[in-house]
Amino acid sequence: MIRFKIRLALILISASVLLLFGYISSPGQELEAPPEPLPAPPTNVVISDDPNDDGHTTIVSWQLSRDDGAGLNNVMAYEIFRSTSPEGEFLQVGVMGKGLDSYIDRGEKEKTRNGEPNPRYIGAGIDYYYKMRAKSTTGTYSEFSELVVGQAKNNWYHTGKTNIMIAVLIFSGLVIYFITAAKRGKELYVRPIAGIDAVDESIGRATEMGRPILFVLGTGTAADLATIAGYTILARVAKMTADYQTKVLVPVNEPVMLAVAQETVKSAYMEAGRPDMYDEQNIFYVTAMQFPFVAAVCGLMIREQTATNFYMGIFHAESLILAETGAITGAIQISGTDQLAQLPFFIAATDYTLIGEELYAASGYLSKEALLLGPVKAQDYAKVILLTLLGLAVITWSFGWGFFKSLISTIS
Amino acid sequence: MTTVELLWNGLAAFLTLCIFSFLYKDNPFYKFAEQLVAGVALGYWTMLLYHTTFTDKVLIPIFQQGKLHYILPTIMGIMMWTRFSKKLAYLSRIAIAFYIGVGTGVALPLYMYNYVFRQLQATVVPLQFSWLGLNSLLMVSFVTCTLFYFFFSKEHKGTFGGLSKVGIYTLMAGFGASFGLTVMGRVALLVQRIIFLREYFIALFGS
Repeated sequence: MIRFKIRLALILISASVLLLFGYISSPGQELEAPPEPLPAPPTNVVISDDPNDDGHTTIVSWQLSRDDGAGLNNVMAYEIFRSTSPEGEFLQVGVMGKGLDSYIDRGEKEKTRNGEPNPRYIGAGIDYYYKMRAKSTTGTYSEFSELVVGQAKNNWYHTGKTNIMIAVLIFSGLVIYFITAAKRGKELYVRPIAGIDAVDESIGRATEMGRPILFVLGTGTAADLATIAGYTILARVAKMTADYQTKVLVPVNEPVMLAVAQETVKSAYMEAGRPDMYDEQNIFYVTAMQFPFVAAVCGLMIREQTATNFYMGIFHAESLILAETGAITGAIQISGTDQLAQLPFFIAATDYTLIGEELYAASGYLSKEALLLGPVKAQDYAKVILLTLLGLAVITWSFGWGFFKSLISTIS
Repeated sequence: MTTVELLWNGLAAFLTLCIFSFLYKDNPFYKFAEQLVAGVALGYWTMLLYHTTFTDKVLIPIFQQGKLHYILPTIMGIMMWTRFSKKLAYLSRIAIAFYIGVGTGVALPLYMYNYVFRQLQATVVPLQFSWLGLNSLLMVSFVTCTLFYFFFSKEHKGTFGGLSKVGIYTLMAGFGASFGLTVMGRVALLVQRIIFLREYFIALFGS
């Protein structure tokens, strides 16, 4: 007990002495901290053009501050500033972490914003002034680096996509070759496609039931490849409906698509020798907004009791709503799209589905025209070339040889 | 919830129920909601196009900024209107052909990049004697079989038919996974709507 008291007394005395010492050593005013050493600025700042862009990007590169990873070792980041004149207001355009020695300055493409000059705009052929500074871990800054100037250039050729250009040229050559061959009378075989074989049967059923046919060209635009493939199938369907005297309804969601669809159906009716049966009112514009369009089409299916529904083109979240409503009405449904996310719904809810490329091939298969069969054949040959390349690239890459892999590598 | 909010949310709840009523069968409530939403969308879209296209792409560039080259596409746009004249209707075809031609021309290299080269690039994986190597081998094999399925110049019979069948099974497995994922997303949307209705009725009648 005595020992404990002695210890307690000693602790109390020590604490008092320390407190007293602290009081004496700080006579009512704070001591000035020694000035913190500032980091050295980055050096050799260089502005260069991004080699594969449309003139709105520059690349800023620099030599690291001598206090980045060495020296004082207190650099935390680099701040990059840009201006259109050396005396002008400098805008901070980017921050890069320590150890990094370049920054891609992606400028905006609009010169003005809300009627005011856009400070984030970068245009080709304009001088841009840059300066940089290093920021320390305690929030202090180095001096600015030297002012440097550079320009962005409008590059006409993307060096990272040469292989794509060659592929497009080879593919175009194959298309021209096969179209020419077909025109000269060479027979080009295309295997049967289940969904397309069902077209005739489904139109016949609608005729027997005395009900109309619904053709939806999707919610894409008139110029989408899948929509263009849809026009060809629409032409075939319209020609048959003209022959069978069955009504075909085509609701569309885009004004240009309306014009193309009307022209397609009109031409098909003329080709069938029944221009008198063509009724422009059956191909009509609903609205461009996705779900209001779908609500209207669903209502149409129920009220018109369509016997056959075609969905050919680009579809989004509405695919299942359309297909399920069509299934409720008991219609035969044939769908086709190249939208991967929507294909599962069409497969689940419609009777026949043209999967991706089948939609494009269908147009050639249906028409048997040289102009449409040629590309289908060219695609097949292109696939053989690509599969060979893929095989070679995988095998050689497994042994560490990257030549074939580099042939199919691109830079975005 | 304020009285104004209660009224607007009441309208939203009513329209939601009108649309849901289609699950039973077509009825006047659904017809009302359908025609209201289609009409409002049409009017809204027309005004949106007027402001974002006609004002921003025609009036301002030509008359305020003096960009006279904008006249060319404007003439193309006007040509679309000639469809209403029997004599001049052929002019609209030029504009349509230009629009679709440019769309297709721009799409071709983009498709080649996104759907061919990037996919191929991702498929090139080294084959190794490990689980990872087996995974790579399966991936390359399934991609090859799937491409066989999309080969249209040859009938799918014999060995080629067998391989293309593996390809279609691969596709179906992928579609199944995608189906499940999207359905979960749709269920989340349904839950969100039911929560909205529940909150509205709680605000209206109390818990």
